[in-house]
Amino acid sequence: MIDILLLTLLVLCALAAVEMRDLLSAGLVLSGYSLLMAVVWTRLNAVDVAFTEASVGAGITTVLLIAALSRTDRGEALVSRTRREIPSLILILLTGAVLVYGTLDMPDFRDPGAPAHHHVAPRYIEGSAHEVGVVNMVTAILAAYRGYDTLGETTVIFTAGMSVILLLRRRKQRG
Amino acid sequence: MDELILGKYNYWVYVALMMIGFYAVIAKPNLIKKIIGVNIFQTAVFLFYISIGKVEGGTAPIVWDQAVHYDNPIPHVLILTAIVVSVSTTAVAFALIIKIKERFGTIEEDQIRDLRRTPTGEET
Amino acid sequence: MGENIIRRTITRLMVPFIQLFALYVIVHGDSGPGGGFQGGVILGASFILYAIVFGSEAGRRRVPAPVTDVLSSVGVLIYAGIGLLCLLLGSAFLDYRALPFKDPHLAGHYGIFGIEIGVGLTVAAVMVTIFFETAHRGEGGETRDG
Repeated sequence: MIDILLLTLLVLCALAAVEMRDLLSAGLVLSGYSLLMAVVWTRLNAVDVAFTEASVGAGITTVLLIAALSRTDRGEALVSRTRREIPSLILILLTGAVLVYGTLDMPDFRDPGAPAHHHVAPRYIEGSAHEVGVVNMVTAILAAYRGYDTLGETTVIFTAGMSVILLLRRRKQRG
Repeated sequence: MDELILGKYNYWVYVALMMIGFYAVIAKPNLIKKIIGVNIFQTAVFLFYISIGKVEGGTAPIVWDQAVHYDNPIPHVLILTAIVVSVSTTAVAFALIIKIKERFGTIEEDQIRDLRRTPTGEET
Repeated sequence: MGENIIRRTITRLMVPFIQLFALYVIVHGDSGPGGGFQGGVILGASFILYAIVFGSEAGRRRVPAPVTDVLSSVGVLIYAGIGLLCLLLGSAFLDYRALPFKDPHLAGHYGIFGIEIGVGLTVAAVMVTIFFETAHRGEGGETRDG
């Protein structure tokens, strides 16, 4: 029951964030959407992911959005030259229909016989306590089994920082 | 038919969320609104992915002696990386939008296109 | 100053606890939810909170640009350095069992600990950098290329 309520609130928040013309309010609604998403993930037992989304999505993205708004316009334009609502609606309905058709083939929600649970996952679940010796399986996979991917991820964050510096940092004027 | 809907309606809600974000990207001319749409799309994809990992009767993927089944930890790992990458791309996107605002004076896509077309406008 | 004093006092009280919690999350990544990324983001957020309440000039004085630039690189270097160390000690890249500890489980723990510290440092420094570069009002309002 609470899952249905959470999902409905998610959809309402997403609709509100997309349709609001005041971008500051849209950003705050987006922050609430991220927090609700973190709660949904906690309901799905993804605690690490919920932690990350709550801190990164509801925290950093909102702060960055407000900081970016402080240097650009706060409101959306009233009238735009090209009206694209109808073709966009048709496109998203078509895409949504194709995706729904794709989900008909998927295993049911919460099915323990799904193929996702049978190849590498049992090895990681067993090995995290015995091979690596770490209690948190997600950390064991992130840092030990798939440590190389995490190095790539850290490099991505570093590159983002460098890109922002290159784009936005002003050199001190000389003379 | 009932089992079909009961087993799959979660996925349909996630598809609806994705389409809301997608609509914002293609239909709204404001650049920041597009980035908001990209964010919604990304989090909906993450939700879809995480829901694949959930197992009936499973607990959180932390070793616990009273646990019978664990949820699949691999989607969690992939989505953790994806969340961090998403905030990195959002940060760079905002930096680019600020530069566009400094260059063209506006962040509405159709106004930028007009400005780039006129010979007296800001030509790149 | 009158309305600011509540915000400033509360922030001065909260920021040390937030940073302590961030360090706790980084270090206890292997026994509960958490890890390098989450703790790093919380650590960065503590500096951002300070800058929001006390002004970005005061905030930037606490973590000046050279410090955050160097720290963001140092984190990645620590991570890659541990991997290279495992390579130099005879085993595969990022294979913690090559580290010179008695027990392979202990070696795994220390390897993961070092990695999480590196990741936390980079993430915190980059979050602080991105905030200050995005929110910073240029002095005088002119851009570099006019």
